[in-house]
Amino acid sequence: MSSELIITIFVAGIAAGTTLVFAAVGEIIAERSGVLNLGVEGMMLAGAVTGFLVNRQVRAPWLGVAAGISAGATLALLLAVLVVSFKANQVVTGLALVIFAIGMTGYLGESVVGVPPPVTFNRIALPGLSDIPVLGRIFFVQDALVYLSYVLVPATWWILFRTRTGLNLRSVGESPETADAAGLSVTGTRYAAVVIGGAFAGLAGAYLSLARAPSWVPNMTAGRGWIAIALVIFATWSPLRAALGGYLFGSVEALGFRLQTVGLEVSTFFIAMMPYLFTIVVLVLISRGSVQRRLAAPSALGNAYLREER
Amino acid sequence: MPRGGAPVTSAIELRGIVKRFPGVVANSNIDLELRHGEVHALLGENGAGKSTLMSVLAGIYQPDAGSILIDGEPIALRSPRDAIQAGIAMVHQHFRLVKPFTVAENVLLGARTSWLLSPGRLEAEVADLAQQAGLKASPSARIWQLSVGEQQRVEILKALYRKARVLILDEPTAVLTPQEAEALFVTLRSMAADGRTVVFVSHKLSEVMSVADRITVLRGGKHVGTLETASTDEHRLAHLMVGRDIAFESARAPGEAGEIVLRVDDLHALSDLGLPAVRGASLSVRAGEILGLAGVAGNGQRELAEALAGTRPPTRGRIELYGADLTRASARRRIEAGLAYVPEDRLGTGLVGAMDATANVMLKSLSKHRRGPLLDYRSAARRTKDLVEQFGIKMSSLDAPVRLMSGGNLQKLLLARELSSSPRVVIAAHPTAGLDVGATEAVHELLLEQRASGVGILLISEDLDELLMLSDRIAVMYEGEIAGEVSADDADLERIGLMMGGTGADAPPMAAGGG
Repeated sequence: MSSELIITIFVAGIAAGTTLVFAAVGEIIAERSGVLNLGVEGMMLAGAVTGFLVNRQVRAPWLGVAAGISAGATLALLLAVLVVSFKANQVVTGLALVIFAIGMTGYLGESVVGVPPPVTFNRIALPGLSDIPVLGRIFFVQDALVYLSYVLVPATWWILFRTRTGLNLRSVGESPETADAAGLSVTGTRYAAVVIGGAFAGLAGAYLSLARAPSWVPNMTAGRGWIAIALVIFATWSPLRAALGGYLFGSVEALGFRLQTVGLEVSTFFIAMMPYLFTIVVLVLISRGSVQRRLAAPSALGNAYLREER
Repeated sequence: MPRGGAPVTSAIELRGIVKRFPGVVANSNIDLELRHGEVHALLGENGAGKSTLMSVLAGIYQPDAGSILIDGEPIALRSPRDAIQAGIAMVHQHFRLVKPFTVAENVLLGARTSWLLSPGRLEAEVADLAQQAGLKASPSARIWQLSVGEQQRVEILKALYRKARVLILDEPTAVLTPQEAEALFVTLRSMAADGRTVVFVSHKLSEVMSVADRITVLRGGKHVGTLETASTDEHRLAHLMVGRDIAFESARAPGEAGEIVLRVDDLHALSDLGLPAVRGASLSVRAGEILGLAGVAGNGQRELAEALAGTRPPTRGRIELYGADLTRASARRRIEAGLAYVPEDRLGTGLVGAMDATANVMLKSLSKHRRGPLLDYRSAARRTKDLVEQFGIKMSSLDAPVRLMSGGNLQKLLLARELSSSPRVVIAAHPTAGLDVGATEAVHELLLEQRASGVGILLISEDLDELLMLSDRIAVMYEGEIAGEVSADDADLERIGLMMGGTGADAPPMAAGGG
């Protein structure tokens, strides 16, 4: 393989990975507050179809992105109402939300399947930075949403680990009793975390339909929401490692498609399978007992909090 | 130490507090007056309503009726935040600490400081107060690295940082060695001397007598009396607390210990985290004797019990039952060899909460209740019915899930199942934890009956009074090893306490702080 080909794979890997990075970072925010949001896939679909439809109406991709973010956040708000206020089972609720969203988005996008979008995000070479040998071409000749992820990822890490807001959020996920006794609002914090997490998922979906593969196809996320959830574990709940993992997974996906272009006779189904196979391998590796013990899963993850329980 | 010299002004008044939970009235019309500068003990058995009452004062529970007055002013405490603002802090039995966070982060959680966290500054902010709270660990240490005693100091530090004027401690000594408890009492007295109000919740008479200025006794959710410590004694308190006189003497009849039935030699086992928990423990139990195993929680007792029961593989050492090597045997083979195990979490490893009593009884003897390939439910139900009558277990129905039973009846059911298999060795881990006096006595009697019939018993407990009452010998476990062993007849609490705290059995006894 020539070095040129490797660079091309990584360029495509960053773009493919950005969807995963947005979704995984959003999931980290929710899970750090103790809520397992399994509805990511659905929120991404909602973001994708809404973003695409709005962009088609108003011919402004940024407005499409904003609409996609709102759609993800709205669906997340529904999840928060169910699992935080009504203390519904987080796993079942998340799964139900995905199935609901698959149907709903398929219905909403029926008229625009395969219709090309009027405007999309294009790649912009960042002056100066894009001249850096190799890395410049990989990281700094991308579209605006990729650059947005370069800002959001470290910002999220910084807020989580270097500010009072982040400390409060993490305490709610680790020990809601402690947070409650310290006078923090467990319910409020979880609502905020889930909704912001959903906004990230919506952004991930809008990125797919407006930049990565500008179009709308039913169920176009194709399981990337689930990969993002696996990625959160792989990243041990750190946004920085999630970005690293996202680009890695994205590169695996890109690698598959490049294999075809160099003339390898591989079934497209086999190629489409690769990132998921990789996910299973990673999950098996990090689920081994010895590794599991060192992982820093929030202690209260998946548990509803009821103050007067006894 | 000045006692009774404190100014007599009410800091807090609780009037007619009522708190109901589904099916139980936890607090029924309770009045309580707390003064400035006093250590006020709240004494009562499990389920007397002490923790509930204090949770009401800490804003965690909302009372169904009654009012709270602070310095004479009525106040509504709708949340822990309200209570903190009113200067009330509570140290819960299960600490409210975020384990992966540092001491400083825990102290500053929920307090009003700058939005940005710079680690160095956080720690500087709490360093001075840490001294005052008697915390020796660094503010940058993480909670999971601290001993239980130190974690408790972090809780006190939190209260001091929030300028609490009322500090409530719920069963603070349950997790401490006698020496750590003494040191805690010194800290509490000095906090009271500063004019703060300290509420000390306990069911231990001797502690209450040694630390409190006044004592309020609760029984069955009702206030039964408030007494000056100076003008009362343990017997009177015991009477108020239990509603009748209780025996303090040893309940054990002299007995003949027989041959060695259980021998453990240089046993090693790992904890759930993969760290060494049992580190070369050796002990032996004879037929017809009770060997008590004392120690502060988390010193390897649970892992030892599980290694003996066969649910935790030993990494080294040897376990012998009647001379037969069972070190690598499965749990099933050990049961067949005559080993019974009463685990500490009744509803976790002991019984299946969602299944009924018959199914639970059947679990360990499925082969006895068989008809061809099917289970003989009828014979099992008959046996369960017999056990229920024989052991005086109260339950609504044999078909109801056992999790609906009270703790005492659950424990009796568990014991009934284990003892009905005619074991030769019983391992009982904290068999009376969380039980009321009546159920505790019943469990004690059952264990003593087994002893009289020649069964060897390893009794693991954190309750020294219980161990002294039942055991023939007492071994102390510290950091995975047996730190020492004493005969119950010449056991002295101080020596056991020192061993529990890691001071070797042979070291000269040091003066316990304060006295």
